[in-house]
Amino acid sequence: MTDMVPSLMLVLAVGAFVTAGVYLLLERSLTRVLVGFILISNGVNILLLLSGGKAGGAPIVGVTAEEDMADPLAQFMILTAIVITFGLTAFILAMAYRSWQMHGHDEVQDDLEDRRIARLAARNAPTVAGSDTADTSDLSVDDEASEARDETARGEEPS
Amino acid sequence: MSYTWLVPLPVMIPLFAAGLALALYRRPRLQQVISVVALMLMVVFSAWLMAVVDAGPIVVNSGGWAAPVGVALVGDRLSALMLTVSSTVLLSVMVYSIGQGISDGNHKAPVSIYHPTYLALAAGVSNAFLAGDLFSIYVGFEMLLVASYVLLTLGGTFERIRAGAIYVVVGLLSSMIFLTALAMIHAATGTMNLAQLSVRLAEIDPDVALVLQILLLLGFGIKAAIFPLSSWLPDSYPTAPAPVTAVFAGLLTKVGVYAIMRTQTLLFPSGRLDDALMWLALATMIIGILGAVTQNDIKRLLSFTLVSHIGYMVFGIALGSKIGLGAAIFYVAHHITVQTTLFLIVGLIERRGGTTSLTRLGGLAKVAPGLAVLFFIPAMNLAGIPPFSGFLGKVGLLEAGAAQDRPLAWVLVIGSVVASLLTLYAIVKAWNKAFWQPGTDDVPDVKLPRIMVGPAAALLLVTLAITVFAGPLYDYANRAATTMMDSRNYVDAVLSPEGRGDGHSTDKDGPGRVDESNLRDADAEEGVVS
Repeated sequence: MTDMVPSLMLVLAVGAFVTAGVYLLLERSLTRVLVGFILISNGVNILLLLSGGKAGGAPIVGVTAEEDMADPLAQFMILTAIVITFGLTAFILAMAYRSWQMHGHDEVQDDLEDRRIARLAARNAPTVAGSDTADTSDLSVDDEASEARDETARGEEPS
Repeated sequence: MSYTWLVPLPVMIPLFAAGLALALYRRPRLQQVISVVALMLMVVFSAWLMAVVDAGPIVVNSGGWAAPVGVALVGDRLSALMLTVSSTVLLSVMVYSIGQGISDGNHKAPVSIYHPTYLALAAGVSNAFLAGDLFSIYVGFEMLLVASYVLLTLGGTFERIRAGAIYVVVGLLSSMIFLTALAMIHAATGTMNLAQLSVRLAEIDPDVALVLQILLLLGFGIKAAIFPLSSWLPDSYPTAPAPVTAVFAGLLTKVGVYAIMRTQTLLFPSGRLDDALMWLALATMIIGILGAVTQNDIKRLLSFTLVSHIGYMVFGIALGSKIGLGAAIFYVAHHITVQTTLFLIVGLIERRGGTTSLTRLGGLAKVAPGLAVLFFIPAMNLAGIPPFSGFLGKVGLLEAGAAQDRPLAWVLVIGSVVASLLTLYAIVKAWNKAFWQPGTDDVPDVKLPRIMVGPAAALLLVTLAITVFAGPLYDYANRAATTMMDSRNYVDAVLSPEGRGDGHSTDKDGPGRVDESNLRDADAEEGVVS
């Protein structure tokens, strides 16, 4: 069995990457979500690297003695994961750009149908101190969709 | 006669066809021909595979590398059945979407990327079904997910980008969880091969194995839309074009269910999470269907029933018994076809009635009686009205639950009956509003193109065929479940009693054939212990 004691620095790096990534993933802006995704995937890639045991020489028979070889499986998996991440990054960038093109921001928006149903439910509920009259907007869902901006960019509305 | 050549075909054919279709992006007509022919071949070979593997699983060691070393493809009863059902569905949806493109005059849809992406999705689905190691399952998932991202945001309209953003981010998160699980499993066992994992996971610390199991379930649970992880689905699916929604709803979640089935039976046969899965199944069924009851848009209503019915399959898996698993497998086959058919027909309803909103639809029973029949049959099938296959699948699950005779199983039995009744309620509500309520006068006077009705009707016939041939199919599902319940079947097929697949790989440098024999014995002993 290979030496499985991992380097502490790498373990800490995994933790740092994933923590920062999760934080960014919770943001509204698609660009930040993308950065978060890249950070998490880098963290996970390092984790994959750690899973292969300690570092070693090139795993080629005749070049490296067998006990000094690195685990090629882990590296193969990282490479594949990197390629997939790369493609997805390009795709999300395109999506963020398209979103910006169409409405000047790249925020992930709420589901308007859900909001509409919640409003209907509020209207149907028995009146408790007028709480159901709070939202009487009669915009259609489509109108509302173009209005909907969420918390991050209030006040600096692009023209 | 050896049929090993048959196993990789369901992956290779659509993949090559995707490349070809991409190269011929200037020739839309030719692309259509390529896609349809490729998918037809896929149906034929999958059905053939299904017949062949009934005699025993077929393993392909790709590149000639013996099993635990190289990438193995494994075709067994479950994967062949899933392949056959899904390729049939893929073919019908493809013809339907070509029909839609033709009758829309082809001008707006970016057809040139539609075909290659769709074929890549097909290849990804097949790859996930056939993969013999966890990492290939991951790659299969990524193929189908990336293709689905593209298909969902096809055209880049406002609504699709909005829904796509949520779908893509959730998809990415689940992939990251899956990848983390892979890294952990690799660290704990040093292998990715499912058969070898099955042996080694039994040897490691059970608590570590439990963590790995939970991580995998989390990743697959998001893809399969099991309750707390399902809220992304009803929002994102309905915005895609009708055929895309149909294939997503029918197939993508079921790939997650397949992965859960495979890993629960093969890697974690101890069933330590079965009770937790039972509760999740119950929550998925009930909360999903309650969501469906409140919806006023027929596509969203169906998306919620989809979530709800995933609960039935999870229930079957969580029972951990042969009949439970058999019923779950049958239910998956039934549900893929029925759900896809319903979404295709809702696409037709949208075309005929001009909307999917149940308040605005109306009077379709008079205007389009044929469409009413087309909708009614799969709808009743979904709700589980006898004699349809939905009823048979549910009865199987209820029997399996009752056979366990413990309180939790009975709770689930009652829960699934309630969910089934609520499905009926939701479906009948949709039926009343769309077909019976007094119609508005401005129903657009469109004729439904025959090339769109045809595939929907053909798929409807498939669902009826599942009902008529439920006996043999159920037997097949039960045989699949029987082999799966004993993970030794799979392990022996892949690793053979000597602990290696066929093909050649030397364990040591040098010629090695001779000194390999010692190792073989050592490996074999290891295998027997398990």
